[in-house]
Amino acid sequence: MTATLAEAPVVDEARPAAARPVPLSRVYRFELVKQFSPWRVRVLILLCILGPGILIFGINQQSTLPSDTLFGREMHATGWAGSLVTLGFAGTWALPFFASAVAGDVFASEDRTGTWRHLLVAIRSHRRIFAAKALASLTVLLLLVTELFASSVIGGLIAVGDKPLIGLDGHTLGPGNAAGTVLLAWVCVLAPTLALAAVGLLGSVAFGRSPMGLLLPMIVGLGMQVAQMLPMPVAVRLAFPGYAFISWNGLFTEPRQLGPLLIGIAVSLVWAVAASTLAYLMFVRRDFTNITNDGAGRRVLTLGVLPMLGVFAATIGVAAASTGATSSGIDQNKIQQSVATVFAHLYRLQEQELNRPPLTEAQLQTSASCVKSEGLVAQEGPGNDWRCTVSWHVPGVTLTGQAIYQLDVNPNGRYIADGDGPQEVNGFFLVHTADGDIPNPLWQFDGNVDLLPTH
Amino acid sequence: MDTTVAVRGRGITKIFGDVVALDHIDVNVAQGQIHGLVGPNGAGKTTLLGLLLGLSVADEGRLEILGAPVGRALAAPDGVSGFVDGPGLYPTLTARQNLAALAALRYRDTRTAGIEEVLDQVGLAEVADDKVRGFSLGMRQRLGLAAALLTKPRLLVLDEPANGLDPSGKKHVHGVLNRLAAEGTTVILSSHRMDDLEALCSEVTILATGRVVFSGPVAKLSDENRELDYRLRTSDTPAALAVALETPGISVIEGSDAVARGDDSVIVVRGLVSALDELVSRVVRADIAVRELAPVVSPLEAAFLALTEQENGR
Repeated sequence: MTATLAEAPVVDEARPAAARPVPLSRVYRFELVKQFSPWRVRVLILLCILGPGILIFGINQQSTLPSDTLFGREMHATGWAGSLVTLGFAGTWALPFFASAVAGDVFASEDRTGTWRHLLVAIRSHRRIFAAKALASLTVLLLLVTELFASSVIGGLIAVGDKPLIGLDGHTLGPGNAAGTVLLAWVCVLAPTLALAAVGLLGSVAFGRSPMGLLLPMIVGLGMQVAQMLPMPVAVRLAFPGYAFISWNGLFTEPRQLGPLLIGIAVSLVWAVAASTLAYLMFVRRDFTNITNDGAGRRVLTLGVLPMLGVFAATIGVAAASTGATSSGIDQNKIQQSVATVFAHLYRLQEQELNRPPLTEAQLQTSASCVKSEGLVAQEGPGNDWRCTVSWHVPGVTLTGQAIYQLDVNPNGRYIADGDGPQEVNGFFLVHTADGDIPNPLWQFDGNVDLLPTH
Repeated sequence: MDTTVAVRGRGITKIFGDVVALDHIDVNVAQGQIHGLVGPNGAGKTTLLGLLLGLSVADEGRLEILGAPVGRALAAPDGVSGFVDGPGLYPTLTARQNLAALAALRYRDTRTAGIEEVLDQVGLAEVADDKVRGFSLGMRQRLGLAAALLTKPRLLVLDEPANGLDPSGKKHVHGVLNRLAAEGTTVILSSHRMDDLEALCSEVTILATGRVVFSGPVAKLSDENRELDYRLRTSDTPAALAVALETPGISVIEGSDAVARGDDSVIVVRGLVSALDELVSRVVRADIAVRELAPVVSPLEAAFLALTEQENGR
């Protein structure tokens, strides 16, 4: 060693060079610059602002509509339906993909470019780096969701106009009410998007440069969508963080089915907090002096998979205990009530379209009698073997009206009722009015069964 | 010699699992000095650089950087900049954008941060608006240096800064580092290129298996080293060979790689510097012209090889 220096004074003894982390706001701006610099993010931004609007406008120029999609058959009737079709598609495909592309890569990209040490030396705070990356990802995701919403609404309003929307129980939402409810539905899906983004952060930290981190939100998102198509107890269904991608449907009934929606949002937020916390813990414990160690390894299991499985199991337990929803949530009584309600609203609408004397739902005294598989199996659960006979009374007419519907009930509670006669009520897809033929609201309609126990 | 210390480490130990990366090492680096860090792979150089940059903390020992004791937090003190394992650059940004983003982090208005100046210093002004994705390794190294310069460091820590540099780029980098040192900035650089270290460094620290095997002036290292091999080219090779064989303390190396290129005008001799002085004196007295006298390997490299082999042999 250099003996001449051993006892020499150290530079600036009187003014210690304390380590000052860079303020979070600056780190956040730095992360935003990086987030917006890759071409794929720019393409996504462009697609989100142009895609939905153009697609909705294009669909509205066609004679056939995506009637299998929720609100799809209303796209010719109201400009708000296009936004809801977009929302359904976004929940299934786009938002998990965005979470992957944005949050799933935010940490991994530093591994790929070998910039971790540079970042740590420049910023001097693991916490702020994590916070800034999470916030920047959130910002980009919010931008993309906002673009989807704005583009779909503008496209729909330009193509069709600000017309009333028929809700999932057949009641009519006026333009103002429809606008507010559509906005609320988009706001609700931010919660599961956050959950997927947090899963993306966790994957990105845990897997490093491995593409698994990038794919994780997509895999989780699509896995949840597939799981929701399977028969399972409601408590399990509610415990998936993506349930709010579906349960916004409940906003379009009267009264609103808020229970599943609020539980879905709460579960999503729990997942968002849990996954973000685990990602943070994994990140701050990472050893950045070893460049070959990008974090993948044993801790993926101990700090990633196992805790999240624990959250899932705990959520199922809490949901089961608090709601008592341990069955499929679909039973004969709920279906009968739902079909009767929807039919009453839509019958009244049909009467208006036919310029007949106005009726109220109360006057109709509608009821429905539904059986599954002709009564040969248990009268509960999803399936396309539900058959309903709807009965109603028209004041001044002694005969009881009756109409038949075949129901395809999904495990998530959504169903499609297909009219099976009589022809003058629900057997033909058009009704003849003085202004010409228009779609028959009773021919096919969507409904939604509240999966939670009703008391 | 400047007697103010920029870095002082005492008994620094860093352990990764079962591997002792640094084993109770002491380090002193004077302010305004270009200090070389050299050692074989796995000697602990990167670990030490990481400690200086605040990327990790020592398990034992005391480290003071620019007057401040380094605590347990993972953070480099103010005034410290540099890179290890290559510069951290974002390929989707241009050179200028990379620097501007860094300048924005450092409380600077990007217009007055000196981006143009540092780009000019490292010779990248003409490609400032090109994406880093298309840069060669040498260009990235230079941009990494520019990024470090942007923060106006008082201690600059660089890992293999000359990697991938062409002669022109190397000249740029050497010029920048010498100027920084002249202005009082301390530079610690790790390199496997002994020519760079000899050209730049006033002092070096040699590490082997996590221990310091030498630390001090490069000249002292040469002096301390025992015997070196030298290439001697003269106007009369047979006569020079005869003189060399008669000179005390000088031995002639036959079959050396240094003369294996069919060059009959070269002989390789081994000896201490004092014996070499005597040989040159005798050759000149014998009316033989000395056309070249150069070490076969640099004194630093020879010392490095000798010391590290000795350490590894323990």
